[in-house]
Amino acid sequence: MSDPMRIRLQSVAGVTTVKVLMSHEMESGQRRGEDGRIIPIWNIQDVSASWNGKVVMTAEWGGGISKNPFMQFAVKGTKPGDKISITWKDNRGDSRTDEVLVT
Amino acid sequence: MQSPVLRSNPPRPKRVALSWAVLIMIWISSLTTLQAQDTLAPNAKSLPAEGSSEKAIAEYRQMLQDENPADLYVLKGKALWDQARGPKQRALSNCDLGLGGGVFKGAWTQLPRYFEDTKSVQDLESRLLSCMQDIQGFNSGELVRSDFSNPERVNLSLLAAYVASESEGLPFKVPLSNAAELEMYRAGKKLFYYRAGTHDFSCSTCHSDDSRRIRLQDLPNLTTQAGAGFAYGSWPAYRLSTGSVWTMQQRLADCFRQQRFPKPIFASHATIALSVYMGVNANGAKAAAPGLKR
Repeated sequence: MSDPMRIRLQSVAGVTTVKVLMSHEMESGQRRGEDGRIIPIWNIQDVSASWNGKVVMTAEWGGGISKNPFMQFAVKGTKPGDKISITWKDNRGDSRTDEVLVT
Repeated sequence: MQSPVLRSNPPRPKRVALSWAVLIMIWISSLTTLQAQDTLAPNAKSLPAEGSSEKAIAEYRQMLQDENPADLYVLKGKALWDQARGPKQRALSNCDLGLGGGVFKGAWTQLPRYFEDTKSVQDLESRLLSCMQDIQGFNSGELVRSDFSNPERVNLSLLAAYVASESEGLPFKVPLSNAAELEMYRAGKKLFYYRAGTHDFSCSTCHSDDSRRIRLQDLPNLTTQAGAGFAYGSWPAYRLSTGSVWTMQQRLADCFRQQRFPKPIFASHATIALSVYMGVNANGAKAAAPGLKR
């Protein structure tokens, strides 16, 4: 089961800065364990952010992204009460969505 | 890197020169690696910042300031605290961290301290170990003998991060109110200056001078309030290099390794004594755990 993301918003004059911290192992598939075997790849591949249900940002991630990734972006034209929601999907088919309201 | 070439074929100046060039390159690349390994100072202002690497690190820390991955682990620690676990299937709720059962706020900033029930001076981790044994029925001896990757030891680190986070911003008040605590402080001070091992190192070799440094970046001077406050006050911390939460016990164990000392026993008197010494030196400084380290 995946752990919740931490999402924080800072709104200044209709521009909301979204800071997201995700809890994920992000195993690159390049490392070897103590037994000398490759540790299977396990990372987030798709990230998408939506604003009141409309997709405003998508990202394709892979083995170059760190464990517990941090992401930041800005949305223009937000109003209090707007809903920002973030979704990630990993290569094992696991996914998680968390949402917050603009204040 | 011991250059067996030099020993087996002595008179070959060209090859010697080449080996030296290679060695120097290796040395330079190791410096670069060290540069990336600096501690990310939460209160960079109080520490002398030098050169661009410190600036870059400070900038990086600024970016992550509000979003320390340690927060994710604090959440896990909180969930663990309330969960019925162990052979007795009970939650830790009433674990007494020094201020009464289940009282968190300010508990960590007054640790290590003497506990009547165990008749010993305990730091955060050893106290949690006692609670896990007494309340939940875990075998503490087994946990002490295992290593930091043991799942229950990892859980202990998460619990420690949670407890420490509840005291964030509070000043340290590590007590020296009885003979046992005083004895541990004295032992800790002695250990801090005790030189040993193949490199004739002590903790003080790297951690007792503001004006000199042993590697490219500054290390905190643990004999001062600012330095001890910065170091003692920011563990447990998330380490970017390992992607995990380390407690002071693990930090100390790694310092022992770097000094080429034998591995210290988890939650042993020696490690707790060092924490008493650092904690008392830090008194008055503000707690900043869970920290963020390189």
